[in-house]
Amino acid sequence: MKFGALIWSNLIRKKIRLLLTLGSFAMALFLFAFLAVVRDAFNRGGDVAAANRLVTINRVSIIQPIPLSYRDKILRIPGVQRVTYDNWFGGVYQEEKNFFPQFVIDPQNQRQVFSELVVPDDQWSAFLKDRQGAIAGAGTAKRFGWKIGDRIPIKTTIYGGGAWEFNLDGIYHGITPQHDETQFWFQWDYFEERVPERFKGQVGWYTVKLDSPDDAVRVAKVIDDQFANSPYETKTETESAFAASWVKQFGNIEFLILVIGGVVFFTLLLVTGNTMAISVRERTGELAILKAIGFKDGSILFLVLAEALAIALFGGLLGLALALVAIPAFSAYLSGTLPTLILSKSMLAAGLGFALVVGATSGLLPGIGAMRLRVVEAFRKV
Amino acid sequence: MVSVNNNGNSSALIQVRGLNKTYRRGGEQIQVLQGLNLDVDKGDFVAFMGPSGSGKTTLLNLLGGIDVPTSGTVSVAGDEITHMSSGKLTEWRARHVGFVFQMYNLVPVLTAMQNVELPLLLTRLSRSARREHVEAALAIVGLRDRGSHLPRQLSGGQEQRVAIARAIVSDPAFLLCDEPTGDLDRKSADEIMALIEELVSKHNKTVLMVTHDPLVAARAHMVLHLEKGVLVEASKSNAGASAGGAA
Repeated sequence: MKFGALIWSNLIRKKIRLLLTLGSFAMALFLFAFLAVVRDAFNRGGDVAAANRLVTINRVSIIQPIPLSYRDKILRIPGVQRVTYDNWFGGVYQEEKNFFPQFVIDPQNQRQVFSELVVPDDQWSAFLKDRQGAIAGAGTAKRFGWKIGDRIPIKTTIYGGGAWEFNLDGIYHGITPQHDETQFWFQWDYFEERVPERFKGQVGWYTVKLDSPDDAVRVAKVIDDQFANSPYETKTETESAFAASWVKQFGNIEFLILVIGGVVFFTLLLVTGNTMAISVRERTGELAILKAIGFKDGSILFLVLAEALAIALFGGLLGLALALVAIPAFSAYLSGTLPTLILSKSMLAAGLGFALVVGATSGLLPGIGAMRLRVVEAFRKV
Repeated sequence: MVSVNNNGNSSALIQVRGLNKTYRRGGEQIQVLQGLNLDVDKGDFVAFMGPSGSGKTTLLNLLGGIDVPTSGTVSVAGDEITHMSSGKLTEWRARHVGFVFQMYNLVPVLTAMQNVELPLLLTRLSRSARREHVEAALAIVGLRDRGSHLPRQLSGGQEQRVAIARAIVSDPAFLLCDEPTGDLDRKSADEIMALIEELVSKHNKTVLMVTHDPLVAARAHMVLHLEKGVLVEASKSNAGASAGGAA
């Protein structure tokens, strides 16, 4: 490019200022990427939810149980293909900080209902034969360095306290990186055998697989109507609606992220806009010379915008590179607390787009000022 | 030949007719130039002298198309520039005018070669053709071996030579020099003036120069005196020219 040397030389003329501005962009883009992956993690439940699955919980709250006897009644409803049930175990491995979701599962229906979480057949067979058997998600197994055959103690404070011992018989993988690989499953029979009497015969929630997603509204209504006015009224909704309600329990994460993102955007805009304005003001004389020797207004605007965009591009790439390295490390650290943080290509592209929009906007006003500079007046000032 | 009293038709390279320039400062109107007429032929070397505020630089700016007159016309090689749009005028400047300033006004982060190349970036010349033109211009000013130096690595005289190379690299019709030796010691000033004389004599350039220094002015073909916006005196210097009174 003909103007390359001019743009590059102007870019690096104040190296400390350039580094600080690049640093601002890099940090802002890193924060952008981090907010994007957290938002994605919270919303992913809805994204990966199957359209043909319903979740039935106690109408009062998910922490209130519902009877296991509901299963057969739900199964009889036309349009229902399969029903499975779970309980929340709420234990920790070795220390309080080693938290991850443990579910008591119904081994007869788990794989058929959650077919996107894949367990090899031989491992699943071993699990079915082992009353104390367990299946861990690949993420959790990696986090704690578990191998198949390991004996795993999980401490619970809900179901009478003490440590429960499990044999790791299998490791499941999600069919896409978006699927949660942090869960730990163990057998319903083992749970029923050990829990105090008052917990027996109760489940935390049912997951209902339908013949067709078109039946979702009708079947949900039939389930809830069936148990209306009983001691355990139910609330049934699609899996994606359930995931959205779950996220809402943490507060309005979406709004919070948008506000923080907005503040970052405008702060970055002000910082870079100010930097570009100072940079252009310092060069009033040089810009006047360029105009005097024949550089048109459009060329002057192009030079200023190109400089601002170059800063945005380099700073943005730096921030996104930092995010590519740091987010997997954060994700491993927060494993079990948050779903896996995944920095996708679309987020990287959006981040780069965000940086370029800020760069162009920050360069626009100083660029227009430079474009409108009157040569004679500029010479008078310098 | 330079003429300051002609208000009719001529075939001069630069024709100025009834040129007025008024500024408003506060509530006051200041008439900087008053009805100037001037003809400058190709190859002329004209020096403008006069006290500060007499309108010398304003006249130069109007001739170079970086300022517009309140009334009157400036024509260069048949192009009437006073009514050109801003964009057209910018294009015209790129093709026809070379500027040399007292403070050199080089871009400090560009090398001498890159500074000289600036006007050529606006042309369709290839990279290698631009390089040839730049080397030729630097050779004319005697700085071919300093092309990779930044302005801060050059003396004042050398910086001004680079500025002159930048002014001539696109082969403009005329050069406008505003106090080209004003920031230089006598020796360097002599060298710059020798270079300008060479541009006029060997390369047939037309030069219009503003200066406060009578010794520098004496090297021009014609010295024109401006006082309160009026050409009050014209004196022949070391070359043949005719002069007249103020318009």
